[in-house]
Amino acid sequence: MTHGILIHEPDDDVGVAVADLAAGTEIGAVTLEGQPVATVRLVDAVPLGHKVAMRDIPKGKDVTEYGRVIGVATKAAPKGGHVHTHCLTTKRWTS
Amino acid sequence: MITAQDLKLTGYRRPDGRFGVRNYVLIIPVDDLSNAAAEAVAHNIHGTMALPHPYGRLQFGADLELTFRTLAGQGRNPNCAAAVVIGIEPKWTDRIVKEIAKTGKPCAGFSIERSGDLKTIEAASRKAKEFVHDASEIRREPFPVSQLTMSCKCGESDTTSGLAANPTVGRSFERLAAAGATLIFGETTEVTGAEDLVMELCETPEIAKQFKAAFDDYQALVESQGVSLVGSQPTEGNIRGGLTTIEEKALGNIQKAGRCTVVDFLEPAHEPRKPGLSFMDSSSAAAEMVTLCAAAGSVVHFFPTGQGNVIGNPVIPVIKLSANPLTVATMSEHIDVDLSAMLRIEMNLDQAADATLQLLERTINGRLTCAEVLRHREFVLTKLYRSA
Repeated sequence: MTHGILIHEPDDDVGVAVADLAAGTEIGAVTLEGQPVATVRLVDAVPLGHKVAMRDIPKGKDVTEYGRVIGVATKAAPKGGHVHTHCLTTKRWTS
Repeated sequence: MITAQDLKLTGYRRPDGRFGVRNYVLIIPVDDLSNAAAEAVAHNIHGTMALPHPYGRLQFGADLELTFRTLAGQGRNPNCAAAVVIGIEPKWTDRIVKEIAKTGKPCAGFSIERSGDLKTIEAASRKAKEFVHDASEIRREPFPVSQLTMSCKCGESDTTSGLAANPTVGRSFERLAAAGATLIFGETTEVTGAEDLVMELCETPEIAKQFKAAFDDYQALVESQGVSLVGSQPTEGNIRGGLTTIEEKALGNIQKAGRCTVVDFLEPAHEPRKPGLSFMDSSSAAAEMVTLCAAAGSVVHFFPTGQGNVIGNPVIPVIKLSANPLTVATMSEHIDVDLSAMLRIEMNLDQAADATLQLLERTINGRLTCAEVLRHREFVLTKLYRSA
């Protein structure tokens, strides 16, 4: 397996780790069809199924996956960082 | 590539022309009080199955109607050859018997008041014995996929659900819809963040409007309680699996519809009116949703899972698919279709749909699913509001 990250749409802000990934490693991201998109150096350890930032995500920015907004960054996430509930929240049900 | 027309299906023809893939004699309690008698009959008579549940008393309005429809729907389901209905009193018992009898299949009701449990159990057991003898002589016969009604709902989802298991169901549903099968999906709150995409799949603006009204109703119900679904959606299991927000979960969820057109909107536990994919207003809780699908006449169910939901259903076989390598390795006894090769890009979507349709064919033709072998029979009624 030459990749460690799957990405729904090439321009998505986040990809999904398909194995437990260690911090400091250089990991390839591919589309679901296996087309290489990018490589990122992991800043954090990212467990299987969790998301990796494909670029620097500033606080307050909408975050995309599936080519769609999945929420808003509550904290900045660096490229290669773990993106989950500590830095990303829903835009629904917030009133 | 396997098309759905290629599937060689056999099933049990019922008097209303529908085909079942299992051949049960069901013992259906109308209410909580009748569970003991129903379970005693099922214990006495080989080949029967009781469906105990905690409700059926002092319900009213739409909530009562839904309970009736859900209970009668189990008996009406083509996987049921015949049904014995037991209630505390005769009137509500008869209502369910009459609904089941409309399908033309054998059905008999018994009420406990003025007999007591023991006499009721004896009479109901004798009737159940008759039904089992008759059901045991019904033979499977071939039926076309255009006569198949089936459903899907995902559970304990994680990011692998949206990457692989749910799209596999979507691709399989596309092929089944093309062959004229009748398909059901739903989970009204769980499409929050992708509701516009569901509306885009709807065949007409009218269907989209009906879907949106049900969606908005539920959002309003949640708001009227002064709470939000944050903390429940995504679930703790979803979060453990890497899903962060409801929007992300919803976008994964709706992959199950593939590129199918949504041809109809159904109230909960209503039988589909036409072939193709119908959206049924329903809870996103696994056992509630699958129970509603069974009530609507689905005879087999696709259940993609990420973290490993272990659900089954008494009336319909539940086929579980997972692409999460950890789940497939640690919970292998629950997973019927291993899709973990998709994450390694060693299996593409069409190959995954081929494997899924092959297992669907075998399951319809009698192969027991993991959930059936493990005796997972979660039967859960959807309650709309408090009883009187």
